[in-house]
Amino acid sequence: MSTHTNIHRDDLSSKLGMWLFLFTEMLLFGGLFVVYTIYRYLNPTAFHQAAQELSIFVGTLNTIILLCSSASIAMSITAIRLKNKKAALLLLGVTIILGLAFLVNKYFEWGNHLREHIYPGSAILALRGQGDVLFYGLYFFMTGLHALHIIIGLVFIGVVTVSVSKNRITHNNFSLLENSGLYWHLVDLIWIFLFPLFYLIT
Amino acid sequence: MENEKHDIIPYRTFLFVLAGLILMTLTSVALTQIYLGTLTIAIALIIASVKSSFVLRIFMHLKFENKFFSRMFIAVALLICSVITLTLLDYLFR
Repeated sequence: MSTHTNIHRDDLSSKLGMWLFLFTEMLLFGGLFVVYTIYRYLNPTAFHQAAQELSIFVGTLNTIILLCSSASIAMSITAIRLKNKKAALLLLGVTIILGLAFLVNKYFEWGNHLREHIYPGSAILALRGQGDVLFYGLYFFMTGLHALHIIIGLVFIGVVTVSVSKNRITHNNFSLLENSGLYWHLVDLIWIFLFPLFYLIT
Repeated sequence: MENEKHDIIPYRTFLFVLAGLILMTLTSVALTQIYLGTLTIAIALIIASVKSSFVLRIFMHLKFENKFFSRMFIAVALLICSVITLTLLDYLFR
């Protein structure tokens, strides 16, 4: 690097720091997966029936949307390394649009539940028994926490997109883009497990 | 400071992996509609694990990265799996 000021940069450590943060995220969701496993074991019938009420179509659609967005942010790294700024910006834009599409689906999905008076603390849900209360409690908490991560990821990718357009992220300085990608892939990874656990295993 | 330079991953690699991931998603949806019982859980979780390994190795570059990153990840994943197993065993044999 031959800039006029000698700025120290350590991309490998920055990536290592990101991974360490991702491990804490894995442990956070890991704890919730433990709770899910035990309550499912204790309430097999209620979990079985409650899971059948979730729309497999919307769940599958959201899985495919997230997988596509993961691929697009991964490809944006290739684009920036090939010095193709336009393609990188386009791919980041696609990622943001797909992330928003995921949230829109989630909004309609949750909206339907709320209309049917299914939400944590609902009296109608309580009448259906402890198993249903636990299933929907975990469902809303885990998918809600996941959606919060999507929102944070979108803000992160938004910042990265601005940095790319202002040439602060370039072909030889793209570790922020890589780290936002890692975060986004982890969010995708968590969904890969949430989807079968809540929608498929009935 | 330049890190060890690894090759730029071509676009088509990501597109192939994406196609594989979507195919696995649809397979897992189809299979869980047919099978019933405990086998369903096993099938869905095995497919989810295979999908994760592709996301980790290709999208998250673990395949091309220093082995240290993969080892750390495996350690954390094993920790979570053992906590789930131990807690379940406690409930099963209580």
